[in-house]
Amino acid sequence: MVELRQTSKQDAIWATLQSVMDPEIPIVSVCDLGIVRDVYDDKVVITPTYSGCPATEVIGMDIRLALDKAGFDEVAVTTSTSPPWTTDWITKLGREKLTEAGIAPPVKSSQSKTTLFADKPVVSCPICKSDDTILVSQFGSTACKALYKCGTCLEPFDYFKCI
Amino acid sequence: MSNSSDALFNFCLRLGDSNLVLGHRLSEWCGHSPILEEDMALMNVALDLLGQTRVLLTYAGEIEGKGRDEDKLAYHRDAFDFRNVQLVENPNGDFAQTIARQFYFDIYHYLLLEKLSVSSDQTLSDHANKALKEVRYHCQHSGEWVVRLGDGTDESHERMQTAINDVWRFTGELFTDTEEDEVLAASGVVALPSSLKHAWDQQVSAVLNEATLERPLDVPVPAMGKAGAHSEHLGYLLAEMQYLQRSYPDASW
Repeated sequence: MVELRQTSKQDAIWATLQSVMDPEIPIVSVCDLGIVRDVYDDKVVITPTYSGCPATEVIGMDIRLALDKAGFDEVAVTTSTSPPWTTDWITKLGREKLTEAGIAPPVKSSQSKTTLFADKPVVSCPICKSDDTILVSQFGSTACKALYKCGTCLEPFDYFKCI
Repeated sequence: MSNSSDALFNFCLRLGDSNLVLGHRLSEWCGHSPILEEDMALMNVALDLLGQTRVLLTYAGEIEGKGRDEDKLAYHRDAFDFRNVQLVENPNGDFAQTIARQFYFDIYHYLLLEKLSVSSDQTLSDHANKALKEVRYHCQHSGEWVVRLGDGTDESHERMQTAINDVWRFTGELFTDTEEDEVLAASGVVALPSSLKHAWDQQVSAVLNEATLERPLDVPVPAMGKAGAHSEHLGYLLAEMQYLQRSYPDASW
């Protein structure tokens, strides 16, 4: 968030956007996922998570609707892809909500850029907190998640992988 | 268009079409993959590739300046106007053939995006910086399958080695330099394809080693798909992919 000094209008827009949930993970708001990048008096800047994420258009529409409903018809919604979205932008609250919903939040900060076949992170089970987990598939129910299995409580779970 | 914007247009088509055609091939596995998790993985990779295609074809249309958007370029061109590398139009074959094709392309794609991430062209460098994060997972996915099948049972080893050998001859084209590549390299858009070869060899050899597979010998090849020369497979693929838009132009829902 570049803008440090916010106007009261910007505060009100932020508050409105806090109620817009991600359509695929409806427990986390688009703000807590870091999808909303900037809020100005006349526009909201959002960024897609993955290039092919089918939720991107729905998110744009949901934000538009929420803004209209709150009386901010004149505020535009624009998309920016640079810098690219990273899981580092998920807020502390967002990480807590993911864990509560049984989705392990991303472990490390951004991925190391030096090696292509890097070591796998140790992902804790969001249910029983055990570190005895194994990767089942690098791709889970959505592009942003991997599928893991816990060796202690034996439950399968989603892991929000780092990008 | 000038020489350099012609070259840039064709470059966007080359990468965009390669992503599009490969994404379509992967989508043919939907509901047919060996296991459910793999079905989801292949579809996720296909979706990433399709999302990346949209950026590249949209940009290609802007460079061309004739009002063609991503859909016009994807659905209203014939095979000879496609610039994808021939590697990606190969039929899926058995699962090992699909993985060999994917593995070769993923490593190439990653190394190309690395070069593109520092491109003098802002749109392409933005695209590369985003796509790199996604393609990194593609590499790990296909690389792990090569190891798992190569270092698996006698049958999986034999099938993986056969696939590695069969698909190999299509990898030469990835590293051939065309006149357009020289133009792009000179203006700092992207390094020459041949400059990726060494790093690609190293990554591929390391994985093949771990998979107890033998690396085939290099065969010299000309630029094929990059120059618009395709196998008959592409025509069938496009016939299916473009059917709706060709029968009902500009149909939408």
